[in-house]
Parts: sequence; structure tokens; C-alpha cells
Amino acid sequence: MYDINRAENAVTQTDIKISARKVQVYYGEKHALKDVDVDIQDKTVTAFIGPSGCGKSTFLRCINRMNDTIPIARVEGQILLDGEDVYDRRVDPVQLRAKVGMVFQKPNPFPKSIYDNVAYGPRIHGLSRNRAELDAIVEKALRGAALWNEVKDRLHEPGTGLSGGQQQRLCIARAVATSPEVLLMDEPCSALDPIATAQVEELIEELRSQFSVVIVTHSMQQAARVSQKTAFFHLGSLVEYGDTDDIFTKPQDSRTEAYISGRIG
Amino acid sequence: MTDMPLSQPAAAPERRTGSLLAQDARTRRRNAAESRFRGYGVAAIAISMLALVVLLATILSGGAGAFRQTYLNIPVTLDAAVLDPKGNRDPAEMAKVLTLSYGRVLDAAVEATVARHGIQIEGLTEKDIDSLISKEASAQVRNRVLADPDLVGQTVEFDVLVGGRIDGFFKGRVTMDSAARDSNTSPQQLQLAQELADRGEMVTRFNWNFLTNADASDQRPEAAGVGVAILGSFYMMLVVLVLAVPIGVSASIYLEEFAPKNRLTDIIEVNISNLAAVPSIVFGILGLAAFINFVGLPQSAPIVGGLVLTLMTLPTIIISTRAALKAVPPSIRDAALGVGASKMQSVFHHVLPLAMPGILTGTIIGLAQALGETAPLLLIGMVAFVRNFPDGLPGGLMDPASALPVQVYNWTQRSDPAFIERASGAIIVLLIFLLCMNLLAIWLRRKFERRW
Repeated sequence: MYDINRAENAVTQTDIKISARKVQVYYGEKHALKDVDVDIQDKTVTAFIGPSGCGKSTFLRCINRMNDTIPIARVEGQILLDGEDVYDRRVDPVQLRAKVGMVFQKPNPFPKSIYDNVAYGPRIHGLSRNRAELDAIVEKALRGAALWNEVKDRLHEPGTGLSGGQQQRLCIARAVATSPEVLLMDEPCSALDPIATAQVEELIEELRSQFSVVIVTHSMQQAARVSQKTAFFHLGSLVEYGDTDDIFTKPQDSRTEAYISGRIG
Repeated sequence: MTDMPLSQPAAAPERRTGSLLAQDARTRRRNAAESRFRGYGVAAIAISMLALVVLLATILSGGAGAFRQTYLNIPVTLDAAVLDPKGNRDPAEMAKVLTLSYGRVLDAAVEATVARHGIQIEGLTEKDIDSLISKEASAQVRNRVLADPDLVGQTVEFDVLVGGRIDGFFKGRVTMDSAARDSNTSPQQLQLAQELADRGEMVTRFNWNFLTNADASDQRPEAAGVGVAILGSFYMMLVVLVLAVPIGVSASIYLEEFAPKNRLTDIIEVNISNLAAVPSIVFGILGLAAFINFVGLPQSAPIVGGLVLTLMTLPTIIISTRAALKAVPPSIRDAALGVGASKMQSVFHHVLPLAMPGILTGTIIGLAQALGETAPLLLIGMVAFVRNFPDGLPGGLMDPASALPVQVYNWTQRSDPAFIERASGAIIVLLIFLLCMNLLAIWLRRKFERRW
């Protein structure tokens, strides 16, 4: 466990992008997330790790209010994005999600062409005035997702015809195309093979220069490879949060140590 | 990283003995059960196919005759003294001359034709000769003359309808034996018809009039057609299409995608399912009470029929649309919401196009069901005898009309066997329409189907 290949894990930015205070999530009667306090930095990859059902995905989905789509979910506490509470009554979740993009566990491109997949977000948010601008946005997003060279000759073929790894990068391009400030990734590599995983991880490292990236992962090696900050969740609580190096080499909490050494989870 | 079972594995089950080449008793029983089940399946399909074949054969053999009709070709001298007594060729004046006078002109023409060919049949009376042609024939000639008054005074060739029983003779329904026992027609008449047919004056050909004519009275089945019924059914389908599809689809989108899941929506859902199971005649009573007695819409009108069928079709459309929407994977909704689409954008841009094949199939099946529905239409007066075509749209929606299934029901009530033939013919027309709608449903589903 300690011979993990780590990326340059130096934290380059210290601005706080997202700050959560006393976040509680209930699914009906079930108290799924308890008292989560966390500060997520800008231009940083933050990894959420923990055993299945520990609440890490739930917390991720709170940040862009995707939990609103679950009728029985109830969120309490504060999540501040640039100092504004995303759960404020005046916040329109649609506007929030344009700022906080999301990539899902399973690649889920729309059953439309590659071009339309990427252009959909900019179109509905009115980010381009004409076709040429839209073309430029699509190209930039696909380049950003390291997919441009593979698909530039078949932009008008269906996105569902790509391989799994390409589909996931297409979903990342789709999320990037709306120029969000935060990119949430919910186990983006769990449905991919090792080569596609490596490509996506490389991409995450590049995306860090523009966005604050929050990634949920089941793989501790992946967390160690791609992230600068790591948060360990267990049974609905945030157990430990700190620099990835520290979490993996000298965890403070016995539960964190037990998890990363493979005894629980 | 994962839960490792710490306890010892349970004791392994006892090993099976015996050769792989011989089936043991358990396997034999299992295989026997499987082949029995296949047998039941094949038998079930065979029975339903047999039923279908018998049904189609009965209808086709019974109804094919409706599409053929016997005509007598005769030169008719349109005597000006009888048909235009004032002599000024004014259609308004000429309209005062009734079909009775035209009947006399026609009788003379038929007798002349028989005489011209020198046909001599023992026991053949003048009345036999005159009743060779349909009672409708005089109306046929009168309509033609009123449309073109200049024909009066000339001798014009007419293809007039022959009587239903003579027509039946050429289709094998009436024979010399049955004519001898029956007072409606005599063997001499049939002999005469045969002579005329041999001389090429009486011909049986494709019967376009069956598709374009209105219904006719009990005495003249040969003139009856399904024209009014087709038009009435078409108008009703238009009403159903215009009302049921938008209402049904938007109701299901709201219920499936937007409505909160609570007790009220549960009750609504249960009631929609219950409505789908309500006997159709109940909708007829509702239509009678609500649309005719309360709102005061006219009886026998396609608008009322369409409204009743709309009520009946709505649950079908709502249930199938909701099923189609449910079948769209939730990951598509997440993806749309994730890039910042609003709920409505995610539904209309992504979910609805994917659900389209299912929605269209359900809608067309609902329409097909409405097209074949009879019971509610009986209650709102569409069973009436309608001789006049309804007007064009939209006014025609208020005019009395018939409907195909009701026309079938109507004709099977009449005594003349020629109407049974017409009823089977109308069933064939109805089945062709239903078949076309089902083909359309299949085609649309293929066209809109997308993989993801």
C-alpha cells in the first residue's frame, strides 16, 4: 500500500472554492451524512474515499444539488460556493449546475452526435452567438478532454458509438464545454479498463489548472495518483481530511489507517 | 479492500456419482417437463393460428361478394313528355318529377332490351322483367338526368343496378332451387338474367360504389355502401387524434416527470388504470348524459362520437406513454441536469425523443381500438340510418354520420342475406384500416428507434 505511485502532490493553490459547514443529509428517516465540514480549494483535485455507502457520493451530489431530484432526500447545513450558499432559497439549481459540472459513474452520452453532445450545454446556456463560435467551443472542449484527435473526423457520428473510455472523455468534454468552475466526478473510471483509466487520470491532472476538481473514487491508488487533497468518509461522517500525502503516509485516525491498509471497507 | 470471509468455508456438498453419458432420473424428469411445456406452447399457437385462419376465411369468403356488383347495360329513351312536362329543361321544375315516372321509363327500356334480343321464356311475366333491376335504378337515372338536363329526349346507355337477388344469383347466393321455393324471385327471372348475361348485357364487375355510397333501405341492399361510415369514422378519428393525443401525452409527461409522488398522484394513477378497464358502453352512457343531454350537441354526430372515444382512449394513451417514459434510462436525465438543463429541457430535448417510439405505438394502438369500438356509439345515436353524407370539415363534425363498426352491426340486423354479405365487406374494409394503422405503428417505431 505504501509503494503507490504518487503524482506531484504539492498543493499549488490555497483559495477556498467550496466550503461546507455542518452538512446533514437525510434519505427519509435515514441519516445518510452527518456533520460534514470541509473546505475544498480552487485549482486542486480533491478525492473523496471511503467504503461503499459511506456518503461520499451523496456529499458530491449535494454540491451541485443533484440530490434535489431524489424526492425523499433532505439537506441541512451550509455549502458555500465562493461564499454563496448553494442551498439559499434564491439559488436556481439550473444556474448552479452550469457553474458546477458533473461527470457520472457510467458514461452517459446523449444518443446524439458527438458534436451535439458537447454543444448541448453551450446551446442551452447561450454561450455562443453563431455557428463558428460554437464550433470553437466544441473543439476546445474536445481538446480539453483529450478526445479531439480521435473524433475530429467523425463529429457527426453518434456519441454512443464510441468506446467506453472515449464516451467518458466525451462526457468530460460535455461538462467542460459550459466552462464550469468546479468539476464533480462520481467514480468516473469505475466502468473503464486500465488504459482508459490512465487516460482519464492524465486528463484530470490537466483539468486541475482550470477547475477545482472533486472526484469520488473507490480506488485508493487512484486517489493517491490524482489528488492533492483527500477526504476519508466512513458511515456518513467525514473522518479525516488533509493533504493526500499525509492521509496515505501518516493518517491521524485509526479508521483511516484501517481503511487504507485494507482492513475495513 | 473488500469484505473477506473470515470463517472457514462450509463443507463441500456430496459428490455426484454416475456417468455423464447417461441421464440420471432428475435430468430426465427435467427434460420431460421442458419438452411438455414446449408442446403446450406449440399447441396454443396452433389453436390461435387456426382460429385466425377460420375467422379470416369466413369473413373473406362472405365479404368478397360485396366488392363485386352486377349491372345491366340498357339504352334508356328519356321521354321528354314524361320527364320534363313543361319542356323548359329547368332542373328545379324537373325535380318535381318523382322516381315513379323514371321507373316507368326504365321498365319500358328493360322490356325493349329483352324484346330486342328476342328472349322467350315460358311463364315470364312483365312484372318479372321489370323487377329485374333494382328499385334504386330509377333514382340512379333521375340523379343523372337532373345533373345534366340536356339528356332528356335522347336515348342514353345506362349501367343500372340489378336487384339484390339477381346479383346474388351471379355470386352463387341464389340458385334456381332456392328461387322456386321463394316468392321474392322466380326461376324464370333467373333464366332471363342468365340469357342477358350470356348476351353480354348483364355484367358483374368491381364495385366502387360499395366504398362511396351511403347506406340504403332494407329493400335495396345492392345500393348500400360504406361511404358515410368511412367518412364518419374518419371524422371521429380526427377528433380523437386532435384531443386524445395532446391531452394524454401531456398528462403522462406531467405525471411521470414533474408531479410530486404523493397520495393524490397515487389515487390519480389508480383511477387511470381503472378507467382503462371500464366497459366501453359506460363511456357511451356518459357521452349521452354529458355531451348530448347536458351540453346539447346533436345526436349521431361524429363530434360526440369522437369525444366519447377520446375519453375511452385517454387511459390507453396515458398508460403506454408513461411506460415509454419510464423505460428511458435515468442516466440520460442525470446527464441533462448535470450540464445545467432545466427539468423541462431535459424532458423535451432528451427524454421525449427517446420515448417517442413507445408513445407513437401506444397512441396508434389506442386509435385502432377506438376505430373498432361499437358499443358507446350505439348509445349516442350513431346507429341511425344515415342517407346523406356529412359536410366537409369542420361543419361536418356536427352532421349525422355512421361509423364502420356500427354499420356492420346495423347490416347484420337486416333480413335480406345480401346485407350479411355487405356486413362482411364492411368488416374487410375495417380490418384493412386497422392493418394499415398497425403497419404505420411498426414503421414509426422502426423509424424513431435509437440505440443508446
